[in-house]
Amino acid sequence: MRPFDYVRPSGMPEATREASRAGSAFIAGGTNLLDLMKLEVMAPDRLVDINRLDMGECSATPAGGLRIGALVTNSDLAADEHVRRDYPLLSRALLAGASGQLRNKATTGGNLLQRTRCYYFYDTSAPCNKREPGSGCSAIGGATRLHAILGASEHCIATHPSDMAVAMQALDAAVEIENVEGQTRSVPLSDFYRLPGDTPQVETVLGSGDLITAVVLPAPVKGSQIYRKVRDRASYAFALVSVAAVVGVEDGTIGSVALAFGGVAPRPWRDHEAERILAGERPSDELFARFADEILREARGQGGNDFKIPLLRRTLIATLQSATDESR
Amino acid sequence: MHTQLTINGENHDLEADERTTLLDALRQHLRLTGTKKGCDHGQCGACTVIVNGRRINSCLTLACMHDGDEIVTIEGIGTATDLSVLQQAFLSADGFQCGYCTPGQICSATAMLEEVKAGWPSHVSDRLDGAPELSDEEIGERMSGNLCRCACYPNIVAAIRAAAGSAA
Repeated sequence: MRPFDYVRPSGMPEATREASRAGSAFIAGGTNLLDLMKLEVMAPDRLVDINRLDMGECSATPAGGLRIGALVTNSDLAADEHVRRDYPLLSRALLAGASGQLRNKATTGGNLLQRTRCYYFYDTSAPCNKREPGSGCSAIGGATRLHAILGASEHCIATHPSDMAVAMQALDAAVEIENVEGQTRSVPLSDFYRLPGDTPQVETVLGSGDLITAVVLPAPVKGSQIYRKVRDRASYAFALVSVAAVVGVEDGTIGSVALAFGGVAPRPWRDHEAERILAGERPSDELFARFADEILREARGQGGNDFKIPLLRRTLIATLQSATDESR
Repeated sequence: MHTQLTINGENHDLEADERTTLLDALRQHLRLTGTKKGCDHGQCGACTVIVNGRRINSCLTLACMHDGDEIVTIEGIGTATDLSVLQQAFLSADGFQCGYCTPGQICSATAMLEEVKAGWPSHVSDRLDGAPELSDEEIGERMSGNLCRCACYPNIVAAIRAAAGSAA
């Protein structure tokens, strides 16, 4: 690990001010950042430890939703009574990720900001546009089992590894951000991540010193909530493909519907346009197949991940079948 | 950098470089070598310790981030003459071969049983509410952050099942 300065701000203005200095990085749970620092994939000059800031609580919002403090751990969030009752999808996604030890340390804000597990991003001897802009992408033409079939570019085909963020995407979450001037803004999660394009090193809309303070969920909508994850091992492995579904059926037709997909794109993938195919229709395998066609219209395999195209298709159809089971 | 840690009920003043992980602080600085270094990347669980009641990978956290924290390591769980229920269960069920992962397994399982008591669900739980039942499948899922390259998993599960039963 490269040497760094360690600072522990006592409050919010100090934290964002410290972090806005060049070469600084926030540290919360640290489970991903320290791993990357050991490998020198990341080498911040100073760490701003925010663990003692007051962002560790969940609270109900006036709109009937839930405000999740950025420092709430993945374990606490998965076990939270409110989440288990109203947002079971989120509990399920969190419990499908990482291990008991990691969930005890990993935080809500940190989970959103975890980096890709692309093998070449981790291998400092290999060119990687995300790690070293302009150096090239070793994954293209390399081992691509984990890589993206949607949203990738000729510069980067890495996937976002989070399960939690996929559930939050289907739940229409918004990210609350405080900047160095002390102003707070709210960014819908669907606008939070940037696709790689020709700048894969820029992953989110966060600016220098910006700190995620919370994730806000709107009031829960009625319907089934399902998180289905497919991976190489039964536990403690990243998703090859995952589907987060919130589907409400009334009088035999699909009312509310939200679907997000993990393991297939540089961000939790959601296609609001395609969801219109489902809204107002009677659930049927034919309908689900049409929806899958639309989701996968621009999907492109890289060789080692070609299997993800039929796998995502089958997984999303199976998830929609389960979600609408009682009404069919 | 100075850090104050309470380890197994004893106060320790640590003077160490900021880069020192909690794992290296325990092993190299404080000579508490019961906690093991396996992968050093949070993948194997050999370094599991209990911080403020929660099991974590001590390799993936900096000692300086834990100023004032209470840490329990395998040395605080039992001794050769005063074994914890889980330690005795691992002996009785032959829950190890080489033994290298065992301190991490036992620290992890000790805290895991508390998580079950607190009603935390897991990935394999049928329901998110109610008291989780500690089936073999549940034990396997909840312990998936602890690898055993000797593959003593059946006996590790048996040991945890026995310890959970005798504690109930």
